[in-house]
Amino acid sequence: MSDISITPPVEKAPQKKAISPLRAAMLDFASSPLAMIGLVVMVVMVLAAIFAPWITPQNPYDLSQLSIMDNNLPPGSESFGGQTYWLGTDPQGRDMLSAIIYGLRMSLIVAVTATLCALAIGMAMGITAAYFGGRIDTLIMRVVDLQLSFPAILVALILLAILGKGVDKVIIALVIVQWAYYARTVRGSALVERQRDYIAAARGLGLGHARVMFRHLLPNTLPPLIVVATVQIAQAIALEATLSFLGVGVPVTEPSLGLLIANGYSYLLSGAYWISVYPGVALLVAIVAINLVGDQLRDVLNPRLRR
Amino acid sequence: MPNTSSRAFLMSASAALALTAGAVSADTLRIGLASEPTSVDPHYHNLGPNNALARHIFTPLIEQDAQQLLNPGLATEWEAVDDTTWRLTLREGVTFSNGAPFTARDVIYTICRIPLVPDAPSPFTLYTRAIAGLEAEDDHTLIVTTDGPAPLLPNQLATFGIISASVSGAEDEVSFDTDGCTGIGDAPASAEFNDPAFAIGTGPYTLDAYIRGEELRLTRNDNYYGDAPAWEQIVMRPLTNAGARVAALLAGDVQMIENPPTQDIARIEGDGFVISSGLSNRVIYIALDQGDAPTPGIAGDTNPLQDARVREALALAIDREAIQQRLMLGLSEPAGELLPAPMFGTNPDRPAIPYDAERARELLADAGYPDGFQIVLGTPNDRYINDGAISQAVAQMWTQVGVQTEVDAKTFSAFIADRNGFNFSAFLAGWGAGTGEMSSPLGALVATRDPDRSLGGTNFARHSNPDIDDRLVEALQTVDDAERERLLREASAIAMDTFAIVPIHYELTTWALAPGLEYEARADQYTLGFAVTQAD
Amino acid sequence: MVAYLLRRLGQSLLAVIAMAVLVFLGVYAIGNPVDILINPEATERQRLEIMERMGLDRPLWEQFWVYFGNLLQGDFGRSFVYGESAMSVILQRLPATMELALFALVLAIVLGVPLGVIAGLKPDTVGGRSIMAGSILGFSLPNFWQGLMMILIFAVFLGWLPAGGRGQTTEFLGMRVSFLNLDGLKHMILPAINLALFKMALVIRLARAGTREVMMQDYIKFARAKGLSHRRVVLVHVLKNIMIPVVTILGLELGSMIAFAVVTETVFAWPGMGKLLIDSINRLDRPVIVAYLMLIVFLFVLINFLVDLLYSVLDPRVRLAQRGTQ
Repeated sequence: MSDISITPPVEKAPQKKAISPLRAAMLDFASSPLAMIGLVVMVVMVLAAIFAPWITPQNPYDLSQLSIMDNNLPPGSESFGGQTYWLGTDPQGRDMLSAIIYGLRMSLIVAVTATLCALAIGMAMGITAAYFGGRIDTLIMRVVDLQLSFPAILVALILLAILGKGVDKVIIALVIVQWAYYARTVRGSALVERQRDYIAAARGLGLGHARVMFRHLLPNTLPPLIVVATVQIAQAIALEATLSFLGVGVPVTEPSLGLLIANGYSYLLSGAYWISVYPGVALLVAIVAINLVGDQLRDVLNPRLRR
Repeated sequence: MPNTSSRAFLMSASAALALTAGAVSADTLRIGLASEPTSVDPHYHNLGPNNALARHIFTPLIEQDAQQLLNPGLATEWEAVDDTTWRLTLREGVTFSNGAPFTARDVIYTICRIPLVPDAPSPFTLYTRAIAGLEAEDDHTLIVTTDGPAPLLPNQLATFGIISASVSGAEDEVSFDTDGCTGIGDAPASAEFNDPAFAIGTGPYTLDAYIRGEELRLTRNDNYYGDAPAWEQIVMRPLTNAGARVAALLAGDVQMIENPPTQDIARIEGDGFVISSGLSNRVIYIALDQGDAPTPGIAGDTNPLQDARVREALALAIDREAIQQRLMLGLSEPAGELLPAPMFGTNPDRPAIPYDAERARELLADAGYPDGFQIVLGTPNDRYINDGAISQAVAQMWTQVGVQTEVDAKTFSAFIADRNGFNFSAFLAGWGAGTGEMSSPLGALVATRDPDRSLGGTNFARHSNPDIDDRLVEALQTVDDAERERLLREASAIAMDTFAIVPIHYELTTWALAPGLEYEARADQYTLGFAVTQAD
Repeated sequence: MVAYLLRRLGQSLLAVIAMAVLVFLGVYAIGNPVDILINPEATERQRLEIMERMGLDRPLWEQFWVYFGNLLQGDFGRSFVYGESAMSVILQRLPATMELALFALVLAIVLGVPLGVIAGLKPDTVGGRSIMAGSILGFSLPNFWQGLMMILIFAVFLGWLPAGGRGQTTEFLGMRVSFLNLDGLKHMILPAINLALFKMALVIRLARAGTREVMMQDYIKFARAKGLSHRRVVLVHVLKNIMIPVVTILGLELGSMIAFAVVTETVFAWPGMGKLLIDSINRLDRPVIVAYLMLIVFLFVLINFLVDLLYSVLDPRVRLAQRGTQ
């Protein structure tokens, strides 16, 4: 309610430059060294998550590779087999470095899947609301308002208390929590776009609703959506970690970063800090990197904020 | 191999904590509980924390010592007159904390009230259902008749405390009847006991305040018939987070805590605190589904677990000493039965099941599984000490002899739902023998499932062996102790020889205390503040 | 105007009822609480008896009617674990949560406003930038993670503060509170800061934006020209102007603070409503879960309704817009 979602029409100064808009945006983005660092870290993390099975010293979930004789070793210790555990081992004798990379993989899978689904649903709802207006708009936005008035953590907690544990269920909960943000963002920018001549022209040509909405209206609402989605991925990672920490998130056999932190929590006070702290650092780095990229994207894609 | 620098760090941290500790009053004992009692009503929930609290305020007819051997409580003597009749001699000169005398009427009232506790999630009727008649010969002599031979009656009478008939609103004449007692008035609701004016018993302490989630205060009962305990006041604080509990002990906020986490014990001892640990009556075991083929956690149409050789292989593949050393850090005892010796009905000369991976592979090959098979091991991860970690270790060990094991770990509530729905081919769980003798684990976990005989209630492995059942049923009807123990020993030996169930270890229950305090570890895992003494 | 408010009230009621149905169906469809509560030595017959007494043997729709009928009379049922009215079990924990939330709210203002003003007055200095960077971290890092790090630093490594629990309480106005004695305060500092961090980030941003806006106003320039000291300008004019939005928004945020307390209470083992909720989920204490959620839903609907009411009273534009549409 407190957010004003209607953006005033943007005065777009006619840009007559030799370089393409995409290239210009990229150059703009690269102007911030902090954002570039964030981008590099983000890319490295995504690659690490994708190629986890090939780059980790150990598959942390292949039980034949683990030995509890190696459990709770501090960082830098050597196993009986001569392997070095750079980040130590957990109570099962699992290499923490490998566990963190796999945990990152799980965190990213959940967050990205949830964000994409929520994006799709939110986009469809937002465009529909803006395009048709009237009762449909009122109905959709009423639901959006209602949902946004509850804190995400509470809604997700209720849903998971009902649905139970599981990767799929966490994703469902995250989608339900997030779609409203996209719906509101899309509706806001679509309302502005709808007033423009090209939409009227497209309608005048007799194109169908769906075609106008998704071929013409939608592409023009994408920039703000990309910004929101970037930030929301970070939020989704954080929320998933919180839920897993509370014990209602992913199952223990497929731990995400949040669950790794929770598992190490009881060892934190006993001095085996590495079981909890290193996954925590990974979580911190991931969230900060994504936020840095998101902040810069917002500045680049939103000319109004340029100073 | 703890990192020395982080260790030094922690030592100085805890030294700093110790410095900030406030002055400890010599006559108050503060205890950090791992889980909070849910009610002061001694008959509401048959659950460890509730029962332990009840012992402070209400005394049972018969007491159990630290090894769960029976001692006189409110009854000074009990004898079996014949197979179905018992004579109890009640202690004379005992008064409740409000000064009223204790008589047979209070006992009859208590047994009448137990089935009437509203909404009791786990009532004590389990221990009173054998009673068919109660007759007071005089104020201090009680004749108990049972509906069949009930050799465990004394053990059962040791499980619940006696409440005051008058305070609870009974009439002067209370008489027992299995179909409904007379003269008992309206049975009080459990919540009423949370009021100190209502929680009147004959125990060493009286209730001072019960502030849920925060604090339970007890004051010494000067009317107590036994030896006066050392502490004027006992304060119990629920500190469910293990780390917070340890920190509170090290900081001097409490002088005693339950279940310090295994990984903290070396540090606690290093700081001069006292660790008291002892074998509990709880065995951690793995049940292997022998009921149906196919079985849910194993691919294919057959159920390899029906073959005793496969079960033996799985039992031998577990390195119990590695679990004891690496996961439990010494706080467990590798098991060869379902109850540790020398408790009643155990075979003291039976060793723990040895670790023999070679033999395990041979047995699997003999049984027709040279390449092993795939199995899912269900486990809770928040119920028993290190339960999730133990299951993961077992999975490692099974995988290493060729049985590809996947762990399905859940919170206890979700685990229980799956287990009771027979969704596991193999699961890890624990069993604490409330009565402290062998018929408890055998009857629940190994005897053929039979609701009519109240046997096999937790036998979700669906093992069934008449040789075990017959001996067990006979033992349950045998009042003669020596003969009953012989039967139980035989039944236990058969169960272990056929690998009906795979025990892993007995949990050691642990307490940590401030320097200078002593507490004898109890097999029933109860924390009894009045039994804590100051060392000389 | 009245019609508008009535309609909003109706919508709010509808939301509460919809939540009640959803929550009930969800919570009552999972697991069997008797299996968790019952002593494992109990017999099958005993188990069935308990289920019957708790009404768990009846079909779901029948349980729902009983529950809903009781709900209309304000009865949320009895806790399976405590055997007392679920609502009273929750209300016993309410003071602990409220105390923590209020203390955190005060911290958020007392620490957040000065930091935000500094960041607003000196936006391009190292200090101003670090404050803003800190507020971004406060926004984006998960609450529980911040809590764990605080425990690691202040309880484990430095040993200054206790790692969890509530500590000593004192009786105050019939409630037990922590802030009146040293031990209680020590226990409350870390969880309160943890709970405050997120809101503090919000306050910093509000205060910074407010300060920058106010500093550009003519009357500030005028005040300065008049020769008022910098200190006085900041203290009187800036603070006065930014406190109103800060306090209003934080008042509205109290509800979300109580919701977020679930995480903080779990991390610090603080015996409040949030921890009770997590414990109840683990023990399948359905009446308590439902009662807690209904209480929270009611609280939020109430807050939202009050916000609407306040806005329409205070802000003529909303009022006019409402007239315009009717």
